[in-house]
Amino acid sequence: MLVSERSNLRLIVLGILIFSLLATLVSRLFYLQVMEGDEYRAAAENNTVREVVEPAVRGLILDQVGRPLVSNRTSIVVTIDRQKLNQQDGNAEVVIKRLAGILGITPTSISERLMPCGTEGAPKPPICWNGSTYQVVPVASDVDPQTALTIMEKRSEFAGVTAKLTAVREYSGPFDVNAAHILGYLGPVTEEQITLQGESIAYDRLRRTDTIGRSGLEKYYDAQLRGKPSVTTLEVDTSGQVTGTLDQKPAVSGDYLVSTIDAKLQSVVEKQLVAAVQRAQGQGYPGDSGAAVVVDVRNGQILAMASYPTYDPGIWVGGVTQKQYKSLVKSDSLSSNATQGLFAPGSVYKVVSTAAASKEGYSLYSNYNCPKQVKLGTQIFRNYESSAYGRISLARALEVSCNTVFYGLAERMWQAAGGNDATRDSADPIADAASMFGFGTPTGIDLPVESAGRIASRAFKVQNWEAKRDTWCANAIAGYPDTRKTDPKLADYYTALDKENCADGFRWREGDALNAAIGQGDTTVTPLQMAMAYSAIANGGTVFEPKLVKAIMGADGSVIKRIAPTIKSQLDLTKSTINFLQNTLPGVTTDGSGKTPFIGFPLNQIPVASKTGSAQVTGDKVSTSWFASYAPANKPRYAIVMMVTQGGTGSKTSGPSVRKIYEALFGVNGSTVNPNKSVLVNGVPSKSLPVIRPDGTPVTPKGKMSGVVIATGSN
Amino acid sequence: MAKFYASTRADNSLVGAASRVGTRGQGFWRDLDWILLIAGLALTVLGSVLVWSASRADLASPTDPQSYLKRHLINVVVAIVLGYLASRLNYRWLRAYTPIIYGASFFLLLLPFVPGIGVTVAGARAWIDLPGGLTLQPSEFMKIAVILMMAALLSERKDIETEPSGRDFLSALAAAALPIAVILVQNDTGTVLILGTVAISVIAVAGVRTRWLVALIGGSVLSILLAIQLGLLKEYQVARLTSFISPDLDTGASAYNANQARIAIGGGGWFGTGLFEGPQTQGKFVPVNESDFIFTVSGEELGFLGSVLLILLLAVLLWRAAMLAWKADDQYGRLVATGVLAWLAFQTFENIGMTLGIMPITGIPLPLISAGGTSMMAVWIAIGLLQTVRLHEVRAEI
Repeated sequence: MLVSERSNLRLIVLGILIFSLLATLVSRLFYLQVMEGDEYRAAAENNTVREVVEPAVRGLILDQVGRPLVSNRTSIVVTIDRQKLNQQDGNAEVVIKRLAGILGITPTSISERLMPCGTEGAPKPPICWNGSTYQVVPVASDVDPQTALTIMEKRSEFAGVTAKLTAVREYSGPFDVNAAHILGYLGPVTEEQITLQGESIAYDRLRRTDTIGRSGLEKYYDAQLRGKPSVTTLEVDTSGQVTGTLDQKPAVSGDYLVSTIDAKLQSVVEKQLVAAVQRAQGQGYPGDSGAAVVVDVRNGQILAMASYPTYDPGIWVGGVTQKQYKSLVKSDSLSSNATQGLFAPGSVYKVVSTAAASKEGYSLYSNYNCPKQVKLGTQIFRNYESSAYGRISLARALEVSCNTVFYGLAERMWQAAGGNDATRDSADPIADAASMFGFGTPTGIDLPVESAGRIASRAFKVQNWEAKRDTWCANAIAGYPDTRKTDPKLADYYTALDKENCADGFRWREGDALNAAIGQGDTTVTPLQMAMAYSAIANGGTVFEPKLVKAIMGADGSVIKRIAPTIKSQLDLTKSTINFLQNTLPGVTTDGSGKTPFIGFPLNQIPVASKTGSAQVTGDKVSTSWFASYAPANKPRYAIVMMVTQGGTGSKTSGPSVRKIYEALFGVNGSTVNPNKSVLVNGVPSKSLPVIRPDGTPVTPKGKMSGVVIATGSN
Repeated sequence: MAKFYASTRADNSLVGAASRVGTRGQGFWRDLDWILLIAGLALTVLGSVLVWSASRADLASPTDPQSYLKRHLINVVVAIVLGYLASRLNYRWLRAYTPIIYGASFFLLLLPFVPGIGVTVAGARAWIDLPGGLTLQPSEFMKIAVILMMAALLSERKDIETEPSGRDFLSALAAAALPIAVILVQNDTGTVLILGTVAISVIAVAGVRTRWLVALIGGSVLSILLAIQLGLLKEYQVARLTSFISPDLDTGASAYNANQARIAIGGGGWFGTGLFEGPQTQGKFVPVNESDFIFTVSGEELGFLGSVLLILLLAVLLWRAAMLAWKADDQYGRLVATGVLAWLAFQTFENIGMTLGIMPITGIPLPLISAGGTSMMAVWIAIGLLQTVRLHEVRAEI
């Protein structure tokens, strides 16, 4: 090849090479700008836009006359930025130790708070950190100003630690009310909640730094209470310098909740529940838990609701420690017995059986036999609270709570539905009546969680059998070999039982029907359900959805929404059946099982309708004490249900406390009734809504009715 | 036009080449490669607008946001004047004085080592401090000197069909290797890579034996690999060279540049955000976006269409250089054009490529677009030299 040709060829190669390089640039440019442009545009926006978010002042929760049950106050909160802390290369431990030293807590309690939930060795929520990596973690609240100053002055010694003034919830309501299970508490927003709102870009969306309601009213009405944050969207440059303001949204204060709860009454109910528990313990019973509910029977509003044991709701402010949380869990005080607790109702359930019998055509005014016990094969069904009364009226049977009368009615209804030959779809009158009263389904209360309870029924037996059949049959075949080694007799008994259950455990047997009639067996209810059922009897047949909030108001005092009573269901009973129950139940208080606690109470002025219950619990446990009631029986206004587990009888343990609550409600002193002495302002629940001043402070009742003076949360 | 020509001629006796060589009086303006000139001017105008956009929000000079642009425009004027003077150079004189140009450039190249004069920017000690806050990057002029020197050494033979001798080859190689070694010591990796590719291109087109060429390319690649392997390159140099491969893995400084550059360009889309409207550019998220990373300004604010126009203008420039090399019968002229072609082409590819994340990040400017006086002057001088070669060719044909 000639040298000139070689040179030309190489020049061509160089030219082609350069052309391809330029083509590469253009295609890469096309890929970046056109194909992946959206992604980079989002990244650019992320880069240059900063949001400055100030949470809105959270709305207060007021009681029915305007007393703040939950307010706000400022507190110095110490937070740790874990990213900055971890940049300390091994000095993190030293910083934590130093911080623990001046805060007067253990280094472990700080470290535990910093561990993300789910990581190895991390404690359970809510102690572990449930927020994001970029969020600062609060480790202590109500730090004294001197300590805060020390932290802020010695920045180098406390890398990543900040102390700042933050608005926190104040749960110390008037009259020492606790109401922990009603009010709930706040906590950091969880990852799931962030994920749930998707890719929302709304300025009032949940952010990782937000604090939100995690239980109770704080959770159920979180959206209203939270308000809208002030968000200033700034454009920044690479050094973080602000180059402009893109958008500015002012904060909108959270709305106020006007609760149906009356703080003063709530305080009485809480004290009386504790008194009932102590009464049980005084009789030598464990009396380990309890609940009390006061309902306005005309609209379903809850005037007071208490659960024992309870906890200090303020414990959540600034986060709980592992130790605090452990004791909370151990005490079993986190869930509400009033709305989540499931208990056998016992004799207070007899109103359901009465309604069922009446619907099935059994006369409410005939006489029925009340023997000491009923034999069913090898099983004996006894009268627990009473002995043999001979032939008595149904009203008397309710007054003295004669089980055997109801056994008799249940047996006849069971036979009528086909007895042992009945099919799955045969009539089940008591179960039908129970669901009519609202048992077996959630009441619909405005709280985030509640239990539905369970009605013992044909349907339930089939369901239960389908779920457990395989286990039963397997056990029947295996014959309990382990038990057999030590106790062949017991193994035989178990095997026989499982054999029977395996073969026809779905069958609604006579024994099941008898148990169901007196609220035993598989039936469980919540105290709130019971209160709503007795309210329905009192108000002539309406089962309301219970309500804890009657209105939502703006921080400026405007009424945003009144929450109207909601009817859950109507009792499908004749007027005469309801009249029978309404006429009979006061007799329980005057001449029956509920008489003792009301001796000396001015029943002539304020007749009280009631029913006692001492529900049997499996195992060697003491019976559950129930007292269900409403008053005045001639003009029903309030229903009160109280129960204490392992508390003994209804009349001895719960009855006296229920009486005290009625005394407080009606202003009873000895045998005199003075509505002015009632714990309720003007003697009745307020019809009007509280007044909120322009500065956001609510107008509270004057004098003794005001409760303690509370700092308001609004600025 | 004639009047202007006459006055220029009277001004400077050294550059009155056209009148002495050319037989037609006003031939300079007629014979000029106008496409090359217009492309160069268009790029310079476009570059100035981009420099303005990148520097107006510069917080370093809050009193006068236009101060940076003003300095740039002064550089542009000086550069175009230098380019004009270069185009007026006598072709033979140029070739004769090449060793002196080379020697002077090499002397300048050593000045950054002198304490009190040398300035270190971004790890490279490649700048000279001048009075009035100005700095000069002698390696830019060295690129021209190396091209001229190699072209002169490789064209010292009678016949175009005579192969360059081994001595020619080695001396041309030495002419390139000497400044490369110095620039390597100055830590200016980018310029080393450009000079290396320029040297290989010129040697290749000079028609040296294929065996030597293969050995040269092989040797270069091997020495780069060895340098990395033996740790001769400093850690940050390796980081720069490798961060473009996986920018998402590393959020350190070098990958930060690459990421921010890609966010800026990617955000531009088809039409861009509009001049002065790019959030990445105006927020100064991309470092040195008025010089090395100026393509990100075009990418973000002018979009795909604007940036393709910019690349097309550069392509026109390269096409003219390539045509000049192709048509030249004179070996010296052909090699000068080849050298300029390779220089501008590889520098363009490296500079834009690094902003797009397909080339390692090095501190070299985008020809005619980036701010930076020395580069602007060097490229305009190169355009002037291309015009000189063209004028010589045109007149030789007659």
